[in-house]
Amino acid sequence: MYSETVMDHFKNPRNVGEIENPDGVGEVGNPVCGDIMKIFLKIENNVVVDAKFKTFGCGAAIASSSMATELVRGKTLEDAWQLSNKAVAEALDGLPPIKMHCSVLAEEGIHKAINDYRVKHGMEPWQETSTHAHDHGDHDEGEALTCGH
Amino acid sequence: MGEKRIIYMDHSATTYVRKEVVAAMIPYFSEHFGNPSSIYGIARESKRAVDAARVQVAKALNADPEEIYFTSGGSESDNWALKGVAWANRKRGNHIITTQIEHHALLHSCQFLEKEGFAVTYLPVDKYGLVDPAMLEAAITDKTILVSIMYANNEIGTIEPIAELGAIARAHKVYFHTDAVQAIGNVPIDVKAQNIDMLSLSAHKFYGPKGAGALYIKKGVRIENLIHGGGQERKRRAGTENLAGIVGMGKAIELATADITGHNAKIRAMRDRLIKTVLAEIPHTRLNGHTEKRLSGNFNVSFEFIEGESMLLWLDDEGICASTGSACTSGSLEPSHVLLATGLPVEVSHGSLRLTLGDVNTEQDVDTVLAVLPKVGLRLREMSPLYQKERAGKEGGCNV
Repeated sequence: MYSETVMDHFKNPRNVGEIENPDGVGEVGNPVCGDIMKIFLKIENNVVVDAKFKTFGCGAAIASSSMATELVRGKTLEDAWQLSNKAVAEALDGLPPIKMHCSVLAEEGIHKAINDYRVKHGMEPWQETSTHAHDHGDHDEGEALTCGH
Repeated sequence: MGEKRIIYMDHSATTYVRKEVVAAMIPYFSEHFGNPSSIYGIARESKRAVDAARVQVAKALNADPEEIYFTSGGSESDNWALKGVAWANRKRGNHIITTQIEHHALLHSCQFLEKEGFAVTYLPVDKYGLVDPAMLEAAITDKTILVSIMYANNEIGTIEPIAELGAIARAHKVYFHTDAVQAIGNVPIDVKAQNIDMLSLSAHKFYGPKGAGALYIKKGVRIENLIHGGGQERKRRAGTENLAGIVGMGKAIELATADITGHNAKIRAMRDRLIKTVLAEIPHTRLNGHTEKRLSGNFNVSFEFIEGESMLLWLDDEGICASTGSACTSGSLEPSHVLLATGLPVEVSHGSLRLTLGDVNTEQDVDTVLAVLPKVGLRLREMSPLYQKERAGKEGGCNV
């Protein structure tokens, strides 16, 4: 059910772990829903110089965390903020529709970590765009994709 | 993955078909292919084979052959029992009693009947998954027409006190159905002694073919048909018989019930070693289901701080076939309704793993699983933010 890229990032996840004294941390998800992602960022001169993660979740959640941290490394905060869940899923050569929320979680985790940094440095947090902008994939049960806990 | 031996520990999902069963089935594909309803010679052989299988199934349950009706499997049998009794007895009452831990074939049939105006009581279970007979008795009203309680649970393996529950239903003159799909071949069944009016079974759970099942219906039970058409199965279940499947089911049930004690002893010894070692050697694990009153091959364990699908993917990488009650493999976002009914916290339910042993397993398989599981658990826990918190909490409280 998973692409080879997803399986590769699941079995050999990049950037697992924590950053000591991170500049930004974002934790999203809920254990009740079955997934939690914690993203750690090291930021120098407005650039993400290191990104790590810890994730409790399914194969897609782990692979999405791995890919998202890969994709934001070396990016300016503005560019990192632009990373969409769709881009994460595409970089993974696709996710099953029911698993698209895992890529949404990765996007949200990055956003939360960036805003954590901004707030710590006296800046206004950036506003999340509407959740409708997320690509949840093609399925009829969009409602069911929010865990509700 | 290479040439690794496949370790199949998902016998509750399905079983392979025994070679004796395959051998029994083969003549009924191309050689004796006649329609059992036709009158010529080759058809008479088909009819004879179906009748012989009916006797084999009846014998395994201590039923009469005329009380066995062949179906396409467990889901059809459950649907038929529920809807058939509800429709045929709605003048007597509209109340059905079942449990919170039934298979979806049962639960979704109940939900369908609720839309038709029936009222359904879903009995809770205790932390082991056991139904309390006193609760069943208290739930019966003068409107109750049917009680349906599974013989043994497919996820946690808990075996219900069926004879006792059946006796309560009978004392109140309420029909008693049991989904025995997981029980056949693992528990001795006697429909007469255990007060069972209807029983569902499915061949592919006891080393028979997929697509073959049966519903036992005690003589005199008022039940409406589910499948309408020709006059097969004494006009109660239309459709040309799944001849080879029925023959295979007959052979399979005969073999599966020939030595239940011996079968259980071998499998239970391996299963018990798994349970004992995993619980002792892997921290933050807990057994789901009952310690004694459980199917001999069933091991259901929760690993805290990790999610079940990730475990399955790693086990699959090692050639181990298992299943989980986590939401992530169910196509929904809710974890197993069975684990939740036993009071297991939602987050722990996500980390459940089910290993169901069967005839193909060896002590070596157990060794392999015991070598792989701790590694998988540790690898996933090390990347879990929940485990990190748990450890931080422990170390913080330690004050060294």
